[in-house]
Amino acid sequence: MNNLELILPEIFLSLSIMFLLILGVFKKDSSKLIQNLSLIVLLITAVITFNETLGIEEILLFNDSIIIDYLSSFMKIVTLLAAFLVLVISSNYLRTYKIFKIEYPILILSSVLGMLVMISSNDLIVFYMGLELQSLALYVLATFNRDQLKSSEAGLKYFVLSALSSGLLLYGCSLIYGFTGSTNFNFIANQLNSNEYALTFGIVFILVGLAFKISAVPFHMWAPDVYEGSPTSVTLFFTMVPKIAALTVFIRFLYVPFLNLIDQWQMILIFLSIASMLFGSIAAIGQTNLKRLIAYSSIGHVGYALAGLATGTNDGIQSSVIYITIYILMNLGFFSCLLMMKRNNEYYEYLEDLSGLSKNHPLLSLSLLIILFSLAGIPPLAGFFAKFYIFKSVLEQSMYFLAIVGLLSTVVAAFYYLRIIKIIYFDKEKEKYDTDHSFWLKFSLIASTLLILVYFIFPSQLIEAVSRINII
Amino acid sequence: MNFPILSSLILLPSIGALFLFFTRGSKDNNITLKYVALFTSLLNFFLSIYLWILFDQSTSQFQFLEDVVWIKGFINYKVGIDGISILFVILTTFITPLCIISVNNSIKKRLREFLIAVLIMESFMIGVFCSLDLVVFYLFFEAGLIPMFLIIGIWGGTRRVYSAFKFFLYTLLGSVLMLVAIISIYWISGTTDVIKLYELGIDAKYQNLLWLAFFSSFAVKTPMWPVHTWLPDAHVEAPTAGSVLLAAILLKMAGYGFIRFSLGLFPVASEIFTPLIYILSLIAIIFTSFIALMQEDMKKLIAYSSVAHMGFVTLGIFTIQQQGIEGSIIQMISHGLVSAALFLCVGVVYDRMHSRLIDTYGGIVSLVPKYSVLFMIFTLSALGLPGTSGFIGEFLILMAAFKDNFLVAVIASLGVIIGAAYMLWLYKRVIFGKLVNSDLKKMLDLNKSELFILICLATPILVFGFYPQPLINTIEVSVSDFIKFYNMNLISNLR
Repeated sequence: MNNLELILPEIFLSLSIMFLLILGVFKKDSSKLIQNLSLIVLLITAVITFNETLGIEEILLFNDSIIIDYLSSFMKIVTLLAAFLVLVISSNYLRTYKIFKIEYPILILSSVLGMLVMISSNDLIVFYMGLELQSLALYVLATFNRDQLKSSEAGLKYFVLSALSSGLLLYGCSLIYGFTGSTNFNFIANQLNSNEYALTFGIVFILVGLAFKISAVPFHMWAPDVYEGSPTSVTLFFTMVPKIAALTVFIRFLYVPFLNLIDQWQMILIFLSIASMLFGSIAAIGQTNLKRLIAYSSIGHVGYALAGLATGTNDGIQSSVIYITIYILMNLGFFSCLLMMKRNNEYYEYLEDLSGLSKNHPLLSLSLLIILFSLAGIPPLAGFFAKFYIFKSVLEQSMYFLAIVGLLSTVVAAFYYLRIIKIIYFDKEKEKYDTDHSFWLKFSLIASTLLILVYFIFPSQLIEAVSRINII
Repeated sequence: MNFPILSSLILLPSIGALFLFFTRGSKDNNITLKYVALFTSLLNFFLSIYLWILFDQSTSQFQFLEDVVWIKGFINYKVGIDGISILFVILTTFITPLCIISVNNSIKKRLREFLIAVLIMESFMIGVFCSLDLVVFYLFFEAGLIPMFLIIGIWGGTRRVYSAFKFFLYTLLGSVLMLVAIISIYWISGTTDVIKLYELGIDAKYQNLLWLAFFSSFAVKTPMWPVHTWLPDAHVEAPTAGSVLLAAILLKMAGYGFIRFSLGLFPVASEIFTPLIYILSLIAIIFTSFIALMQEDMKKLIAYSSVAHMGFVTLGIFTIQQQGIEGSIIQMISHGLVSAALFLCVGVVYDRMHSRLIDTYGGIVSLVPKYSVLFMIFTLSALGLPGTSGFIGEFLILMAAFKDNFLVAVIASLGVIIGAAYMLWLYKRVIFGKLVNSDLKKMLDLNKSELFILICLATPILVFGFYPQPLINTIEVSVSDFIKFYNMNLISNLR
């Protein structure tokens, strides 16, 4: 047990959750305090992760069921920072709708804990445990505005469908255990015999479960409804944070135990990727609700991240990680804008509410313009580089079909992003929105916009940061 | 350490734009904004003239090279110019200040944003002509979409949204295949550095597909028939300054791209696809000339004439002869000046009468004598009258075409006649005839700034029409070495 410091982030986080829960129960009107403490906890956890584990090449713990390597440390830090930003910019929204309660930060912390476990898992059971911990917290978060019909509906829908997918996933795990005799990733890798068709079934079931969690087509049906129904701050959390953990598990699951079966899963991944890219960009065209639209756009973006994974190379993994990082940055900016569209204690979330925004709020619209062009993947913004790395690794494997379909769907996607820009810049203006935003909201908008804008000056930094990810 | 003159040219307008962004301006403060923008663009113009003076005409090597690591182990930020690209850089820096002066009359709202968009556009356009790395080129090539989309969409006419979308999506769709090709080249050759690629050459078996991918992008941008339909829409709806930028410079990116990349990188494929280009160019010349003949909207007419002129350019480039390529470059420069001037001329009467229809006008020669004279110079240059720059380009191109293929040259020459017909008819209907529309009587002649802009454009048109030697001297060595290099590559590939 001399390696305990390596899971210090998880230990610290779980102890803090318990402490905060008790504190919140016994101290009256403590929601602000809990919120601030949770922020501090997230930051400290990030710092611990940074200090203790970032330098480690690869260490396996607890009978090889937990893995600490550069990928896990990197993804944990991204998760923690993303969760921090989500929490810090959502407080005004929660106050407006009178749901600023102690449970909110605690639920976010527990789901983050689940994600940390997922990210580090090297064993099917550990992975499943983490997955369920984060999902349970997310179900409750989706229904957090429980007086609203849509929110409750979203939570229920999410719960039922997610439980179904978890069931499939667990069934896949049991199949794999049955044929290899172990739940440990490394052990499975050694036991593999690719002639076992049942094993392929196991992989497929697990892939279905995972595809559901990151809302890849054709397992995306829940996403638009849940994203639309949940409170905006929770939607923000949904679009960003769980995707990081799910993508990490995707990477580990495909590349540690089943790398030898790449012929079996590569086709599935290519299909998931192409379907998500195409469907995400086409279905978003008709949307009028911004949250729903961003749900489809996130489906599309997941498709690109999966395209990187489908290559079966380290380059592909790295490009996916870069993609998801930049995607989170862009999403953060987009939702910061969404959280600024407030007038008379009400938030607006329809496309037409953006009409003529540029006349009344030139800076906000300029940021939105930059973020949207970046989401569409137009150079020289960060979104272009994200796509560029993906296609670079895809073309390295001569997967021309995937690359061309992907790039063509960016053109389709560009259409609906342009439509938003058109509404902002070319249409008639409406009433002004409030401008008394919190410091952190402004900070996250300005920071994400600037990072997107000037990314092209320092493109090497992010590449170097992920270049130590070595799975194969 | 040499002064990074090309990067300064690229960066200066952007810095000016940033400065404009932070200039506190009220409604009365428009003058300051204009002067800041004008100052930046003029500074850039003088810098580019200085570049031309420093430029060594006796070599075809790339000059003023800058090479900085950009993405480690993958892409270098590499810029440099040779005789083929320098004229385009000067054209860009020459046209932009004129655009900025012209906003005086045409842009009424959101002037600051407009000037920022124009300046950023200038940065990107110069970047396109200087970049010597495929990825850097692509970056600048595509980035130009953003400001142009906004220029058309915010300051455009009634159907601006449709036109802006059409422009953006057409061009983006064309370009994505080029991106696939660029990344493929990286994996085939291990570099995207153009100079290295020239030395290494690309395996002949990949060239056809790669050529087609680049072609899809350049054909949309040129624009070639049948993907030219975005151009009339974009031109008609864009504000005058936007049309000028579009016609004068954006279209030249594709012509430049054909020379630098299609011919330079894929000689074997270029040889194979030359008939395709010939056919499309001829259709563009003849077909769009007839369409232009039928137009009732002045801007549309000039837009279609642009398609026809660019048809000559592509024809000239793919003759792959000294005169052909030289003629194409001169034709592009001349068309840049002439089409800019024609759009400005339309802008002048549009600002006064708010109509672009030819029917509105007629018989204004005695009302606006200065305008009529200048408009005539540009009309004659557009139809290629000897003594104007339009003639030099067309003549060289046709000469090369006659050497290569008699039939093609005859058909192209027919295009010249139709071109003369629609331009002269346009001039006749607008300027001469009876004064029917009584509103026209209030029309004023050119004011000082308009006169200044148009004279600025007329001077090089006439000067280079009579004495094209400075232009030819600049490009001659580069083009002849380029063709030698092309033929060498072709032979070594065929062997």
